[in-house]
Amino acid sequence: MRTELVVVGAGPAGLAAALAADARGVRVTVVDAADGPGGQFYRQPAAELNARRPQALHHQWRTWERLRDGLAASGVRLLTGHHVWTVTGGPDSFTVHALLGPGQDEPATVHADAVLLATGSHEHVLPFPGWTLPGVVTAGGAQAMLKSGLVVPGRVAVVAGTGPLLLPVATGLAAAGTRVSALVESAGPRQVARHARALAGKLPEGAGHAARLLRHRVRPLARHTVVRAHGDDRLTGVTVAALDADGHVRRGTGRYLPCDTLAVGHGLLPQTDLAEGLGCHLDGATVTVDAEQRTSAPGVWAAGEATGVGGAALALAEGHIAGRSAAARLRGTEPDPAGWAPAARTREALRTAAAALDAAFAPPAHWAAQVTDDTVVCRCEEVTAGAVREAADGLGAGDVRTVKLLTRAGMGWCQGRMCATAVAGLTGCHSDPPRRPLARPVPLGILAGTAPDRAAPDRPAPDRPAPDRTAPDRAAPDRAAPDRAVSGRPVSESDRSPSEQASTGGLSSDRPPHGRLARDQNPPEAFEEGSP
Amino acid sequence: MNPLRLVRARPARAFTVTVDGRTVEALPGRTVAAALWAAGITSWRTTRGSGRPRGVFCGIGVCFDCLVTVNDSPNQRACLVPARPGDVIRTQEGTGHED
Ligand SMILES: Cc1cc2nc3c(=O)[nH]c(=O)nc-3n(C[C@H](O)[C@H](O)[C@H](O)COP(=O)(O)OP(=O)(O)OC[C@H]3O[C@@H](n4cnc5c(N)ncnc54)[C@H](O)[C@@H]3O)c2cc1C
Ligand code: FES
Repeated sequence: MRTELVVVGAGPAGLAAALAADARGVRVTVVDAADGPGGQFYRQPAAELNARRPQALHHQWRTWERLRDGLAASGVRLLTGHHVWTVTGGPDSFTVHALLGPGQDEPATVHADAVLLATGSHEHVLPFPGWTLPGVVTAGGAQAMLKSGLVVPGRVAVVAGTGPLLLPVATGLAAAGTRVSALVESAGPRQVARHARALAGKLPEGAGHAARLLRHRVRPLARHTVVRAHGDDRLTGVTVAALDADGHVRRGTGRYLPCDTLAVGHGLLPQTDLAEGLGCHLDGATVTVDAEQRTSAPGVWAAGEATGVGGAALALAEGHIAGRSAAARLRGTEPDPAGWAPAARTREALRTAAAALDAAFAPPAHWAAQVTDDTVVCRCEEVTAGAVREAADGLGAGDVRTVKLLTRAGMGWCQGRMCATAVAGLTGCHSDPPRRPLARPVPLGILAGTAPDRAAPDRPAPDRPAPDRTAPDRAAPDRAAPDRAVSGRPVSESDRSPSEQASTGGLSSDRPPHGRLARDQNPPEAFEEGSP
Repeated sequence: MNPLRLVRARPARAFTVTVDGRTVEALPGRTVAAALWAAGITSWRTTRGSGRPRGVFCGIGVCFDCLVTVNDSPNQRACLVPARPGDVIRTQEGTGHED
């Protein structure tokens, strides 16, 4: 399949981008792993559940209606259930490699002239004793299961951690009938209030949540933290304790709260694997973009939380700008930033607010002191904090990669997504930006079938459709390989040949972007889709 | 209040699946994880190393904690795989392969 612009991610950023580009005459295909559009913020209940009032679990529903109806009325093609594991090519011909089906073992490819990455974020949870017990879930995970499956994991919940996401999670669970006994936030009330001015844009929503907390009798415990989750085979309660101004747990303040659910989160981490595979420059954990939302890799745009965590309204504004920029450049014209000035103003204001939120909501500075040596840190490989500390203190590992090699922490199925920051924090090691050449575990047969394409020195000529790789992929002899990994773990960087690894980086940057597509266009001017 | 009532859901008729041999009702549209949660089940895997129980953690397909064996196929992410009528869901022990 061939398209002009492929957008990876159908959340607020991806949808705003797709609609903006479509409105300017670009052929757009949106690819998402989920069953439907919406992303995390606008995650929808499965159609078969026939929810007649899904907005009861949502905020800013009008914006969603605009996106949804805009999508239906547009020429945008949406491919759901497509788990993208890598994007190759550039600067004006790309191939998106995805896996389909419940087992994610059917390959599919999309060829495009330009790529827009709107892959969002995933949640970040720091370890504490008991955090692997069933009943302990991420805050966003509880929210995601509630929004899509209309289920809750128990009857009595504690919501804990830090960050603005905890509020909607607590009110969402409470509205859905779970008794939320406490909202445990490690930031202090004054830390949050101090940033109130920058938060102005967010306050109305925040105030709404606060009122709902009160109504549902959720006890807010600011400057508190969960120090332990209790239970044998299932969560039965948590111990929470107060924090002092420096982020130390105050002795003698611990108290036990019975609960069967702990929804916990310490913020969000951008999903940047696909961008890294394309050689895009990263600034710490986020994809670097310019004022038009272009990454450092020619032909690749990025928008939304992959470029920095800041909420759905910011994702919409960034997506809108990215879509317009990509549309203009695909036509060989210079985009006119005056056309997206309202979106740019929104973006500036919300980025400032996001930076303030980031400063206000931080995990307790001394969280690592609560992590006992027998606490599992790497959930996949069951590596304890003791082993991780020993690697650094006893064996002298100086960076996360060495700790990983010595302990296997971060080598499991999730490829370190759940533990890398914790390992860095526990050891005081410098955390390299993660290197995950594959955004998803890939069956070996498919990887083998794709390798020649990735290693090919010359890419298909721009105006000739690239050969469809699907058929050879299916016919690959080792397709019958029963699993994604010989040893029961996913393919990771060590399993790949140097040539494959090399082919994902080093895009040439000296080719003119998309000159061949020049065509006259009169784009509509309004900031219609993106205005939050 | 429960979540279905909150959004005034009118789900299609429930079907049955088995979980370690026990028959459980599941609503169409729900993932295996959602169906299990609705049935009061929160763990369906034991770890390779210490045999500890696990279930949903991230809820969005990122952490791989929710791995389960469905219709003899191990290592399915319960939070992504839709439940289907007649599914045979089994607690996954270790890698899910006999070894
Ligand atoms: C679990 C979770 C729950 C959240 N819940 C809330 C909430 O209730 N309220 C709130 O204010 N904020 C919530 N957030 C924050 C939320 O991420 C942002 O507010 C907003 O959704 C960001 O928009 P986005 O378009 O950048 O990314 P997202 O909305 O996250 O959209 C990204 C999309 O990209 C897709 N994707 C990513 N990688 C791939 C790939 N490799 N292949 C195919 N598809 C891919 C994902 O399936 C997703 O649909 C949540 C975040 C998370 C992680
Ligand atoms: S709960 Fe994390 S992958 Fe399913």
